[in-house]
Amino acid sequence: MTKLICVLALFCVLCVGRMPCFAQTKWSGVDENVVERVAEEHGRKAWTPFINTDQGDLLLFVFLVAGTIGGFILGFYWRKLFVEKDESKDAKRNI
Amino acid sequence: MHLSEGILPLKWAALWYVVALPFVVKAVAVVKKKAKQNLHFKPLLGLMAAAVFIISCMPVPVPTAGTCSHPCGTGISAILIGPLMSILVASIALFIQALFLAHGGITTWGADIVSMGIAGSFSGYIAFKALRRMKASLFISGFAAGLLADWATYATTSFELASALRGDKPLLPLFTAIIIAFIPTQLPLGILEGFLTGGMVSFVGMRRPDILASFNIANDK
Repeated sequence: MTKLICVLALFCVLCVGRMPCFAQTKWSGVDENVVERVAEEHGRKAWTPFINTDQGDLLLFVFLVAGTIGGFILGFYWRKLFVEKDESKDAKRNI
Repeated sequence: MHLSEGILPLKWAALWYVVALPFVVKAVAVVKKKAKQNLHFKPLLGLMAAAVFIISCMPVPVPTAGTCSHPCGTGISAILIGPLMSILVASIALFIQALFLAHGGITTWGADIVSMGIAGSFSGYIAFKALRRMKASLFISGFAAGLLADWATYATTSFELASALRGDKPLLPLFTAIIIAFIPTQLPLGILEGFLTGGMVSFVGMRRPDILASFNIANDK
């Protein structure tokens, strides 16, 4: 079953490669390519965000900060759930 | 799938807020009760909140389309913490992204919660539970949950966008056009999310089967 899924997944990806690409600029996001493009075609333009971090390297900075904090929280709870239990098992075995 | 600030006319933005609100209120109401019932709940909720936040703002390049998009993460969170809690973590993630990361918007927050939180979580959860009832393995059930959560999210976004922007024209042609525009990027990304979700559920099943058992996740088989 897993093999069948892998084959079907590969087939789908190869088929998609033959579909028309809607990217206006290389590697731009679908939010721009689809959502904002369709909205503009229908007379709706996106507003400037209320807190506009999309200026120069500011967006890079906030993404990095958000990724760091998110990564820390993820790692903290990952350790609590998947590492500390193993450590306590090892400690009991050593006793 | 993040609808940018101001994309939806205000009456449509308000409508999606009204649809999302009862789910978020209900989730906030039961979060304390769930934490008291199960000691694993709080760390799992924290883990899933961080995972959904990171996954849903991580642009993944799709070479076949030449574009970038992000998975949603609501498939895995719906399986592990339930669809209602998954809506709550998605709402928080979407709010932070809208406020600080210029992803989504405050006016479109309700619509984004409906697409990623509600449609993504429930479709993933239902797919997982249905496949487990049919005796599918954890990986296969997780794969289907991740795949459907991703595709349902983008289908709902297409519906939100088409219904708000169609004007006097029929809904179906615009809805179909938006779906077709999403396919080159989202079809492979949905498959990637399927593998990610299937792999994560299998991993939890191998490393901490007690967690799956305590939340009644894996025992439908």
